[in-house]
Amino acid sequence: MNCMLRKNVFAAACSLLLLLALPGLGQAQTLRIGLAEDPDVLDPTLARSFVGRVVFASLCDKLFDIDEKLNIIPQLATSYEWSPDNKALTLKLRQGVTFHDGEKLDAAAVKFSLERHKTMAGSNRRGELAPVASIDVVDPQTVRLNLSAPFSPLLAALADRAGMIVSPKAAQAAGDKFGAAPVCAGPFKFTERVAQDRIVLDRYANYWNKGEIHFDKLIFLPIPDATVRLANLRSGQLDLIERMAASDVPALKNDARFKLGKITEIGYQGITINVGKSELATKNPLGRDPRVREAFELALDRQAIVQVAMDGEADVGNQWVSPGNAYYAKNFPIPKRDVAKAKALLQQAGVTNPSFTLLTPTTSDAQKIAQVVQAMAKDAGFDIKIQSTEFATTLDLADKGQFEAYVLAWSGRADPDGNLYSFDACKQPLNYAGYCKPEVDELLNRSRSTRDPAQRTKIFEDIAGHVLVDRPIVYLFHRHWLWAYSSKLSGLRLVPDGLVRVQGLKAG
Amino acid sequence: MTAYLARRLLTIVPTLVFVSILIFSLQQLLPGDPAVVLAGEDRDPSVVAYLHAKLHLDEPLPVRYLYWLRGVVTGDLGESLRMQKPVLALIEEKLPVTLELALIAMLIALIIGIPAGIISAVKRNTVWDYAANVVALWGLSTPNFWLGIMLILFFSVSLGWLPASGYVSPFESLRGNLAAMIMPAFVLGNAIAAVLMRHTRSAMLQVLSSDYVRTARAKGLDERKVVLKHALRNALTPIITLGALEFGTLLSGAVLTEQVFTIPGFGKLIVDAVFNRDYAVVQGVVLFTATAYIVLNLVADLAYFAANPRLRA
Repeated sequence: MNCMLRKNVFAAACSLLLLLALPGLGQAQTLRIGLAEDPDVLDPTLARSFVGRVVFASLCDKLFDIDEKLNIIPQLATSYEWSPDNKALTLKLRQGVTFHDGEKLDAAAVKFSLERHKTMAGSNRRGELAPVASIDVVDPQTVRLNLSAPFSPLLAALADRAGMIVSPKAAQAAGDKFGAAPVCAGPFKFTERVAQDRIVLDRYANYWNKGEIHFDKLIFLPIPDATVRLANLRSGQLDLIERMAASDVPALKNDARFKLGKITEIGYQGITINVGKSELATKNPLGRDPRVREAFELALDRQAIVQVAMDGEADVGNQWVSPGNAYYAKNFPIPKRDVAKAKALLQQAGVTNPSFTLLTPTTSDAQKIAQVVQAMAKDAGFDIKIQSTEFATTLDLADKGQFEAYVLAWSGRADPDGNLYSFDACKQPLNYAGYCKPEVDELLNRSRSTRDPAQRTKIFEDIAGHVLVDRPIVYLFHRHWLWAYSSKLSGLRLVPDGLVRVQGLKAG
Repeated sequence: MTAYLARRLLTIVPTLVFVSILIFSLQQLLPGDPAVVLAGEDRDPSVVAYLHAKLHLDEPLPVRYLYWLRGVVTGDLGESLRMQKPVLALIEEKLPVTLELALIAMLIALIIGIPAGIISAVKRNTVWDYAANVVALWGLSTPNFWLGIMLILFFSVSLGWLPASGYVSPFESLRGNLAAMIMPAFVLGNAIAAVLMRHTRSAMLQVLSSDYVRTARAKGLDERKVVLKHALRNALTPIITLGALEFGTLLSGAVLTEQVFTIPGFGKLIVDAVFNRDYAVVQGVVLFTATAYIVLNLVADLAYFAANPRLRA
């Protein structure tokens, strides 16, 4: 009797689980994407996070976009023309584009959005559009941006959040609460957001490029734990995940149900050295003497760092752009590890056992990098102490100059200026190294005012001649963006900015 | 009873004021300028300056506290700067989720913990007792995140029976809701069941060896009646206290479990807010959970009256 009862209880428990069991894959027309973080506010003017850009890619079209090779391609603007003095940029807008609220996207709307980016309190786009002095509506389909000085990275900025156009009517009505229900002109319109749970977008029927859109609904689910994100993909709860853990690549490669997409990022991972941010720079041989920094770089084997810290899922690099980038300074190839030379340099500098503290956030990648670097540099005589602390704290310490070296990554911008200017020009907000050299500032400004790619490449080579010799940042590698997705999906475009473009993506 | 209740209610006010000062000042000890963190990776100086002004960061601490207190008194807990949503709205959004998770977890804990405790006390030093102890030890020593991931791998990835993570509102789909909640609730309930089992066992052992139980047995009462009616009722007092404390902890958010199962509850809300230095959210949620904790303690004290008639005198 007891045995019967137990059997019954077991059967009941099993049936409950089966009852709760899933009906299999979700509806074919819904695309579910697992994000590594919960995005911040969904207002292109105020947005600050990388992950927010992943959502914006389906929600808010931009004046331009970038392709797989980082070329600027048309989106809401169909063409552009620079004035002979490079101080005015005229944009022709696409005909017949409407916002999600049905309002027309015309030159006046573009002027409104760009001015909103420039003037709204708390705008994060102000710096990106700083050289834009005024905006003229030439005719309903033409808009002219008048610049205070030539600024070649402007097109790349317009291919990011600064180029996102919002509905003036909705933006005026919502004021600073626009991000709670954004109205843009992208392929999907905002439906619902439950903080830290999901963002739901529905297909916009009047999207200008609707032939390329093959899903009715898009659901973004922030799942910070990489293991759980992958488990969701494998159990069929998600169709695509971004930023998959490199350590999971081998397991997924052998599973025919999934595909793997990867491309080298436009950002970089490096070690920022305090060379002038605070007096700590002069107290430490690493911050004081460029020869010690050179010895430090020579002690590192980048390939081994990538193998250990990233399971091989990164490209080694020594510059602010990866070796495959058109603007990579070819006059400064990646130096090989040379412990003997490193020791000799330390001897010259008169410090055979320099000691410093390496500040690192608590993320597992950064920790691994710090540990490998510590072990490698020891061979050359460096004594590195690792100070590991939560990200916001590391940022605070870096901001105040209370560090000697800092493991820091940058998500990258399409134009090299975005990876360079704010980090190496005097007194810029991201110049944690405290690097300041008038010649470099002059070159950086010249790279901004020059449009010709060949000339800019030459200028970047000249900049490399300073920055890669003074080493305020020792660049290590460029991570791979790793997407894992159901093999039923096709048409995923691998763009180095790490965003998911829904145009052309389809099931089956 | 009424006087007791009034006295207890009166002590809540100074406790909450003290808690609010504590939350406010402890948070200031967190390193890092919240404006710099909130300004995102570009850290535009104009944005940092704007956030400084908006958060009153340049003003002295007591002044900032008063700004906040003024809002709290008028029912405004401030706004999350990262999500641009009033803190009260966020609490409203997360509370049902956390409450449901806590209730199911507590239910699981009670269903497993109390019977196991009773059996282990009644069948002391038998196989049943040892088995219950082993299970309790397992429950106490298994880390939540590990058990969570193991359950996901087994029930979601291998068997495909349950969703690996996420939350579905019961109004949207009751089945989906239960499917999403069962694993996290089990993980939480499992750990509490172990604690409850240990406490029930020791309380029951104490009561079972008392004179009145011997008398009851001597009178020839049915053993089931002796255990469940006479002994258990007296053993319940410490278990109620413990249950209320555990429930209070669950309400303040099961941080790791919510993180593993991506349950958008209080735990996740507060952890993300601390990392993003979203002060208004941290303050609002902690104040809310502190209030809930205090009220639950009061409810537990009142429950003693119901469970133990001697206290009513």
